Amino acid sequence: MRLFAFLLASASFFLSPGVQAQAKELAPDALVKSVTDEVLDIIRKDKDIKAGNTQRAIELVEQKVLPHFNFSRMTALAVGRDWRQATPEQQKALTEEFRDLLVRTYSNALTAYKNETVDYRPFKMKAGETDVTVRTQIHQPGARQPIKLDYSLEKNGNGWKVYDVVVADVSLVTNYRSSFATEIRNGGIDGLIKTLKAKNSSLEAANRK
Amino acid sequence: MKTGITRQFSKLALVVAAAGLLGGCATSGNPKDPIEGFNRAMFGFNEGLDKVIIKPVATGYEAVLPDPIQTGVANFFSNIADLMIGVNNLLQGKPAQAASDAGRVLVNTTMGFLGIIDVASSMGMEKHEEDVGQTFGRWGMSDGAYVVLPFFGPRTARDTIGLAFDVYTDPVAHVDHIPTRNVLLTTRLISDRAEFLKADKVIEEAALDKYSYVRDAYLQRRRSLIHDGNPPKFDPYSGSGDGKSADAQGEGSTAQVAARN
Repeated sequence: MRLFAFLLASASFFLSPGVQAQAKELAPDALVKSVTDEVLDIIRKDKDIKAGNTQRAIELVEQKVLPHFNFSRMTALAVGRDWRQATPEQQKALTEEFRDLLVRTYSNALTAYKNETVDYRPFKMKAGETDVTVRTQIHQPGARQPIKLDYSLEKNGNGWKVYDVVVADVSLVTNYRSSFATEIRNGGIDGLIKTLKAKNSSLEAANRK
Repeated sequence: MKTGITRQFSKLALVVAAAGLLGGCATSGNPKDPIEGFNRAMFGFNEGLDKVIIKPVATGYEAVLPDPIQTGVANFFSNIADLMIGVNNLLQGKPAQAASDAGRVLVNTTMGFLGIIDVASSMGMEKHEEDVGQTFGRWGMSDGAYVVLPFFGPRTARDTIGLAFDVYTDPVAHVDHIPTRNVLLTTRLISDRAEFLKADKVIEEAALDKYSYVRDAYLQRRRSLIHDGNPPKFDPYSGSGDGKSADAQGEGSTAQVAARN
């Protein structure tokens, strides 16, 4: 449930048509809030997504959202030490496959939306800070406790970008690190790319059914 | 009945200890997981059990009962759990939180109709999450090896000992009327499981290897809980933020962990 809610909210975070233009000017907490609120609104109204149309959810995610996330940073963090040994081409392939995996997982979770609501924990930030955490909570009908969902954001030339999502105290990025390391130990960087590709194809096949 | 549970637990401890010895050689080099071979087997056992019995029942429960009833059931058990959560907060030297937990039990048991409605949360008394494993962690006990217990699932060596205390002090397990106790224990199990049904599907999709995904998530989460959500910045797999020592740790991992314990 926790993971689901996190994926849901992350997915919703992606789905923000109107906010992108002003994203540069928004403070990180305001960015998270406006995007999440707007997106939850969209999901609530979208019958296709509610009916379990993953492809529709993926399209929305891919069209509207990716700008708010820094996927190469996420991938570098998930790969860890071996990242520096990867060639630029390998880094690009890894980033693409990892992004694909995350988008697919998010989009699937999105189709299971069921009246979750989000609230925002108090946010404080020092002047000039470029690395912050925005804390939110997901309330799930039927569940006894809200689920913690935190976004790590970093400021760069293009405004604030999310580089990690922490759900119920579990960092999405760090959680991939040991399985990525195992893949790399067994088959090198290319082995990891291959595994990710295979994983994505099998998810794609499952969605088509 | 106390002795029954205790006996079961010592048996379990024996099994785990024996498996630890046997599994010592089956490792893929993760320093946190020296008995990975055994753990994977036990993980498979738990998954099988879940697939055949627990998950189908939880799915039915989720499908049949309206949300408010599910919430009420979950709240009822959550209220009972707040009792020992308060005790653990006290043991961890957090009297203010312990007092708040006691207040929660008081408010929810009375105004919340035996805990069915979580009035305290809406009054701003936050729900905490504590157990004996966390208390030991707070006292400075290191977590030791990761272990997958039959039925109970992921733990660390420290959390396994903690779990023994948790089970021993579980108010539900001490209900004298055995049929009532069994109904309560079963309902709680199903209610807990039902909350994780959707997460399950997502984990299947997200994980390259479900076993290590669940392991790493458990270890991360426990570490954070012990620090009440604000763990010091540290990466459990690399030793330092940049991940450079992961290899060095991997080589001597089994010996290291064995030595530490």
